Amino acid sequence: MSLRPDLAKIASLVPQGARVLDVGCGDGALMAELQAQKLCDARGMEIDAEEVAKAVARGLSVVQGDANRDLADYPDGAFDVAILSQTLQTAARPDWLLDQLLRVGREAFVSFPNFAYWRMRLSLLANGKMPVTRHLPVSWYETDNIHHLTVADFRDFVDARGVQVKGCWFFAAGREIGGSNANWRAEHAVFRLSR
Amino acid sequence: MATTSTTSFRSVTLDAPLPLDSGRELAGVQVAYETAGELAADKSNAILIFHALTGDQFVVGQHPVTGKPGWWERMVGPGKPIDTDRYHVICANVIGSCMGSTGPASLGPDGKPYGMEFPVITIRDMVRAQMMLLDALGIETLHAVVGGSMGGMQALSCAANFPGRTGRVLAIATTARHSAQNIAFHEMGRQAIMADPNWRGGDYYDGNSPDKGLAVARMAAHITYLSEQGLTEKFGRQLQDREAKSFGFDADFQVESYLRYQGLSFTDRFDANSYLYITRAMDYFDLAEEAGGLLADAFAGAKDTRFCLVSFDTDWLYTTADMREVVHALNAVAAPVSFVELSAPYGHDSFLLDVPALDQVVTGFIG
Repeated sequence: MSLRPDLAKIASLVPQGARVLDVGCGDGALMAELQAQKLCDARGMEIDAEEVAKAVARGLSVVQGDANRDLADYPDGAFDVAILSQTLQTAARPDWLLDQLLRVGREAFVSFPNFAYWRMRLSLLANGKMPVTRHLPVSWYETDNIHHLTVADFRDFVDARGVQVKGCWFFAAGREIGGSNANWRAEHAVFRLSR
Repeated sequence: MATTSTTSFRSVTLDAPLPLDSGRELAGVQVAYETAGELAADKSNAILIFHALTGDQFVVGQHPVTGKPGWWERMVGPGKPIDTDRYHVICANVIGSCMGSTGPASLGPDGKPYGMEFPVITIRDMVRAQMMLLDALGIETLHAVVGGSMGGMQALSCAANFPGRTGRVLAIATTARHSAQNIAFHEMGRQAIMADPNWRGGDYYDGNSPDKGLAVARMAAHITYLSEQGLTEKFGRQLQDREAKSFGFDADFQVESYLRYQGLSFTDRFDANSYLYITRAMDYFDLAEEAGGLLADAFAGAKDTRFCLVSFDTDWLYTTADMREVVHALNAVAAPVSFVELSAPYGHDSFLLDVPALDQVVTGFIG
């Protein structure tokens, strides 16, 4: 099975045997990988019933729920690692969500699309319209992404909240790139965070 | 009740008295059961299915009383989501019922039917009797317990009270606590039975049974098993075998005719006193109360049990919100839990009907 590059990176970084909560786990591809390769005790949360059914059908423990509300149901420190991939930009309250991730998990992995990627900037500059790209393929009025952010925004966001960045990784055109000028060059970013 | 006396059921007699939550105990309890699929040599492949309020042990195969197919043929059988080519499926008639397990229609120590002398039982008492059945069958641990509606209550109760006995718990369209509304509907049904002159304080086994009251109880309950959308789609305001309203009180509407049929046919296979006792057991069900007030405490011993909970969006009897409380409690003890609200038009009865997404979930969870 081939995971998306940001998920593959997260999978490679999660410690062996960790208790993991994958928030917005979809059909459970990352969870399955973590259970098989890292012997993790993986749990998932997903809002879409069909995706939950698929994940349960592959033998995973996934709860249908809305991260914007139901993360509050988990006890403090219930997990070693909480993962939020490609979901922060869809959250009603990204700040609340980050607090919850670092409350239920001792550390968190957060991945998101970087709206300051140079092709985005160019598209916005040249056309004057919200960019529709391969990775953000939906028009502004129907996209789930209601809180577009950039790598620089995210750094400010975690700094202001006293959250520690333990590592960050960047991706463009489906592969990992170096960290220099990431706010220009990266399509996606993965951050490893803790309190 | 001519039905139970003329049919013989496969059953075991428990060799010890059954202790009850009321403080009483019941001696010489019979538990009627059916099985499907072979039990593995190491006895590791048994699945216990708990039936619902008016269900029975005939999950698959022709029912000896009604002649109809088993109540969960679409879920259980060779190659089905609960695959009897791989699993040994057991289903027992709950105590208090009337398909061969000891209930109010059974003969008491004085040689007469118990009637209202039968002790009030609980969901936990039903489960306890079935654990004693497993003891008698020599089955220590189950691969899974499975149940919908009252069967789901038993599944949750089993996990809470006998956590070592099953590796998996699949609870569908159910709740950890009967709500005021749930109790209210049941009380209406009980009062209908008791208002029938044939009920005679429950001592009717030598004469006519209170069929009218039982039929009304069933009609009222049946409405709670369906959704408004389902009723509208199936019947709307269509008239039954007539061109115009009769300006009388015949069953003018199809929905009336349907409910009357449901009520009447129910009296052919069910004992009115059993209906009183089993609905009472459901009303008393509150897993959190049993554990001292916190639902999470009920599941303290079940943190290594895998749970799968399923609700339906049109089920207004046991709702998604009810199920979320169970999810919350299981998360609090870090039990591996899956939960999904499936979309189906049939209301509470969806767990018995054609919902392909449910098959997919059950197949994956049972493994």
